[in-house]
Amino acid sequence: MRRNVRVALFVTCVNDTIFPDTGKAVVRLLRRLGHEVDFPEGQTCCGQMHVNTGYPEAATALMRRFTQVFGGYEAVVAPSASCVATVREQYPRLAAAAGDPALAEEVTRVAGKVYDLSELLVDVLGTTDVGAYYPHTVTYHPTCHSLRGLHLGDRPLRLLRQVRGLRLVELPEAAECCGFGGTFAVKNPAVSTAMGIDKVTNVISTGAEVLCAADNSCLTHLGGTLSRLRAGVRTVHLAEILASVESGAA
Amino acid sequence: MGEGALELLAERIRDYRAQVRLVRAEEIPNAVAKALRARNARRIVVPPGFPAEWLASGECEWLSDEGPLTPAELDRVDGVITSCVVAIAETGTLVLDGGTGQGRRALTLIPDYHLCVVPVGRVVRTVAEAMPLLDPIRPLTWISGPSATSDIELDRVEGVHGPRTLEVIVVG
Amino acid sequence: MSGHTYLGMPAFPERSAAAVQDAQLRHNLRHATRTIRGKRAAVIDELPDWPGAREAAKEIKDRTLRHLDRYLVQLEEAVTAAGGTVHWAADAAEANRIVVGLVEATGERSVVKVKSMATQEIGLNEALESAGITAYETDLAELIVQLGEDTPSHILVPAIHRNRAEIREIFQRAMADWGRPAPGDLTDDPRALAEAARLHLRERFMSTRVAVSGANFMVAETGTLVVLESEGNGRMCLTLPETLISVVGIEKTIPTWEDLSVFLELLPRSSTGERMNPYTTTWTGVTPGDGPQTFHLVLLDNGRTDVLADQVGRQALRCIRCSACLNVCPVYQRTGGHAYGSVYPGPIGAILTPQLRGMQSELDASLPYASTLCGACYEVCPVAIDIPEVLVHLRARAVQESGHRAERLAMRAARWVLERPVRLTRAQNAAGRFRRLIPKRLPGPLGGWTDTRDLPPVPRESFRAWWRRTEKGDS
Ligand code: SF4
Repeated sequence: MRRNVRVALFVTCVNDTIFPDTGKAVVRLLRRLGHEVDFPEGQTCCGQMHVNTGYPEAATALMRRFTQVFGGYEAVVAPSASCVATVREQYPRLAAAAGDPALAEEVTRVAGKVYDLSELLVDVLGTTDVGAYYPHTVTYHPTCHSLRGLHLGDRPLRLLRQVRGLRLVELPEAAECCGFGGTFAVKNPAVSTAMGIDKVTNVISTGAEVLCAADNSCLTHLGGTLSRLRAGVRTVHLAEILASVESGAA
Repeated sequence: MGEGALELLAERIRDYRAQVRLVRAEEIPNAVAKALRARNARRIVVPPGFPAEWLASGECEWLSDEGPLTPAELDRVDGVITSCVVAIAETGTLVLDGGTGQGRRALTLIPDYHLCVVPVGRVVRTVAEAMPLLDPIRPLTWISGPSATSDIELDRVEGVHGPRTLEVIVVG
Repeated sequence: MSGHTYLGMPAFPERSAAAVQDAQLRHNLRHATRTIRGKRAAVIDELPDWPGAREAAKEIKDRTLRHLDRYLVQLEEAVTAAGGTVHWAADAAEANRIVVGLVEATGERSVVKVKSMATQEIGLNEALESAGITAYETDLAELIVQLGEDTPSHILVPAIHRNRAEIREIFQRAMADWGRPAPGDLTDDPRALAEAARLHLRERFMSTRVAVSGANFMVAETGTLVVLESEGNGRMCLTLPETLISVVGIEKTIPTWEDLSVFLELLPRSSTGERMNPYTTTWTGVTPGDGPQTFHLVLLDNGRTDVLADQVGRQALRCIRCSACLNVCPVYQRTGGHAYGSVYPGPIGAILTPQLRGMQSELDASLPYASTLCGACYEVCPVAIDIPEVLVHLRARAVQESGHRAERLAMRAARWVLERPVRLTRAQNAAGRFRRLIPKRLPGPLGGWTDTRDLPPVPRESFRAWWRRTEKGDS
């Protein structure tokens, strides 16, 4: 396991604004493991919403900012698989469409150092046991971007299995999309809701107290559905579970 | 064709719910007679060039297609016997090209029973290996099991418009 | 695509909202798509090198599309040399005119048809009908659709939205109007239903002199057409009539005979989940003494060359219509095919229809948004069409059309905020301060969220504010 890696946190605009606890959990977790965490304050948003809704120019502007802000770091971590996927998949396309070879090169260089939290822990820092304690029954939903975009595979599950006190229960039909899909959730609310209800029905069937995922956007959708159904299941980001320790700091 | 290709072919054809017999060359006439007797199939169409020595059964009336047979006549026979030009083991596929012992396409289409003898040396393992052995100028029919449909609830049902029963004798 | 106007048709969100309420439909779709997904996965896993085969198929199609003009000329020459006649149709109207003329020239008043997406796309059956010619669909699912006066909802299994009980009811009600009636004691056993279709169509196959088909592939080098099918109705149509008319989209071309092999490996496994489909017929022009003695090939453009001009969008033309993307699509599984308002439903429809028809209508402009971008379609596509990439690309085109004014403004505002951290900080502070004033139900389009889902509480302090206050989180 590596020590003393200097990691830049790309907290993402959604976490920054709505889920600051997720960002704080990443900071706490990485520092506990002996790494240095920096939060470059020039950061804003990766541009995912813009590019996926059909506004590539706006996304390109945000991409330029992102590469400037994070260009100098050895490793960048984002607690959001979909934002990492945007950087990895969309940035090269946006740069190509912008017809700027220098930008394209820079984007590829920077994108290669941007990791989802579980990738950073398992692949870069070389650990699956982060010394966490979380005495709850948890089920894990692999979001589409973690599964098919980043191919995270079982990395998050390997991390969760090492958490003391945690009972991991398998989610039926886990690979299926939860129905969030960014603007899809508001542009096609009926289908989005139908998908969300099917997903939470599977979640409830596991008997878990906590639904965990690597993306707060999907968790917002599922949490909102669970809460409306008064299902009594909480949604918690993977980072927050991994940051928890015996004293109950989460 | 490699190790076990004949067995693989037989297994894959069986997966389509067709009957398969693996026989030695000298057993062909017997196998043919047995298959036809088991179905009580007596009026059998025989395409031009099909080896006469394989048709030993005295109980059958062998119908030739010189004429040729009309669709209505084909609809009244008990079955058809043919060979094939290539058989593909991995996919359990028989390919007919209308050449010797196979006849024109209608012969293996309208009768409700098709008995196909796969001669020695015609089995390849993969689709890719079959391609260079086939002449695209000839009309080809690739047959993988009896006719079937999955149109009702994506549930496979054998036997729609083509022969509802396919039987194969693989010679090795 | 066809001459219809899609203006005024409700957009995807409205059409699908109605569909998700239909419990029977959702049950039928769920059952059917799950069955096929399992089968597909098993036979794809069996391939020694699925990624390699997929890459090869993609490469062949891309190469063909790059030089399509050349391959089409080669195809025409080969078909002509083998005794066929080739016609070129720029659009649906021209294709229909050609086919109607060819049928009329035979003096026949009816044709038998093999399931074909291209002829549905151009509305050929309706064109024939207005010329007094009856088109009989012979594929079981197409027969169910035709007898039920319905429209197809799936590429491979057009009647996927119907279950066995509904099919039995349709057969009993309508078969008599079209020919031989259904047996009086018909049950809803799929075997019995298939048998009823066999009997209903048998006489028709034996007596009809003209057939209309599409094709899965056309081999430029040899002039060979290829049709994959299961039931034998295709063989009946391709073999027994005197005249065969095939209407095929120009993108169905592949360069060589050898190129066909990878597609024969991939298509059946991806579509019906079989190692090979029961019947594949290949033919080259006409063969004396075997099959139709007159063969016409109508090459259909109908918007395809426009799609070809779009660097990102053109990959949709690689599609081999296997329907694997429909079967894995979580949206399709809940809405069914009719919500897409096109003969091409599901993920492939969402990228193909707006390209073929343009995005002037509200319906067509809504199709690129009919996806969560979950990526399941891309993962199974045997020709590696990156459907999410094309969807995003088409969204950028859609916002240029009218109807997106409010959204454009919102996006511009969001960009303004996000371009400078200080603006973002100010917005976050405001949100934190006024968080108790945010209503439980949002107004306008955002109400789509709060109608069914609660909003997360807005925290008092953003991450960035916490980082500052605690001096880099060190407190
Ligand atoms: S897009 Fe791909 S998966 Fe979908 S029908 Fe076409 S070939 Fe099949």
